[in-house]
Amino acid sequence: MRTLVFAGVLLALASPASAASPGDPARGAAIYQDYCGACHSLDANRVGPRHRGVFGRKAGSIGDFHYTAALKASGIVWNAQTLDRWLTDPQKLVPGTAMGFRLGDPVKRADVIAYLKLQK
Amino acid sequence: MIGTLNGARRDILRAGVTTLSAAGLFALMGASGAARAAANPSGDVGLLNAALGLEHEGIAAYQLGAESKLLTPGVLAVAVTFQGHHKQHRDDLVAAIKRLGGTPVDAKPMAEYAKEFDAGSLKDQAGVLRLALRLERGATNAYLGIIPSLAGSDMHTLAARTACDEAFHAAILGNALNEPIPAKAPIFG
Repeated sequence: MRTLVFAGVLLALASPASAASPGDPARGAAIYQDYCGACHSLDANRVGPRHRGVFGRKAGSIGDFHYTAALKASGIVWNAQTLDRWLTDPQKLVPGTAMGFRLGDPVKRADVIAYLKLQK
Repeated sequence: MIGTLNGARRDILRAGVTTLSAAGLFALMGASGAARAAANPSGDVGLLNAALGLEHEGIAAYQLGAESKLLTPGVLAVAVTFQGHHKQHRDDLVAAIKRLGGTPVDAKPMAEYAKEFDAGSLKDQAGVLRLALRLERGATNAYLGIIPSLAGSDMHTLAARTACDEAFHAAILGNALNEPIPAKAPIFG
């Protein structure tokens, strides 16, 4: 019984551990350019808002970018967890947002999130 | 290097890329598009408008490159051809957005695009091509990345076709810049 419980704990830990992978910011820089770079840059608002300083920022809070009402009202603060959910399926996290791009690969998500975390 | 855009490659470029015309898009959408517009009028419009903003950017980037006087005549001809493809993408998206009852976003003033792209930092032809390649690669991935979020198969087709055009551009530009062929697939998405 004790063995079964221990195995269950290991199984329960397995998925969150992989989902919470720290990511590689060097790989993330290239992924950011190739996957996010059509619409975003670090220091200029383009199709999407600029990204420098995104960690810890409240969603929809850059004053000179026109956000959807849905994102402005979301109450989300960007961190590794919220960014992972956002990049997985932005419209599921915030129905009505203009962003529809999904980054399906969890390793790529972790890498780009690690990169963004360093862009202060 | 850049010279590889001459000769046979340019002949290939001149053969062009078939893009979906506005009329073709209307036919493609048909009744399913109308039904989905009624069911979800704003979802796809928002996504298509984001894509339209991206096409406006692409058109502006090639315009900046064309006016930079940094491009050789052969490369300039390719750039103008690629810009023409983006104008067709723009027109396809505008048609689709209107069909869904939405209002297409307008392009921004060229000065804003020049600032976004830091156009003043472009000093040579390779720099212009690197900017174009970055945008084309990003656009390919962006179109592929919105497909799961689009509501209907007609819009999936539009996004996939456009992604193929962007990938074609990226391949040509990467070759012109003498970039190695990616060792691993998938290259995009």
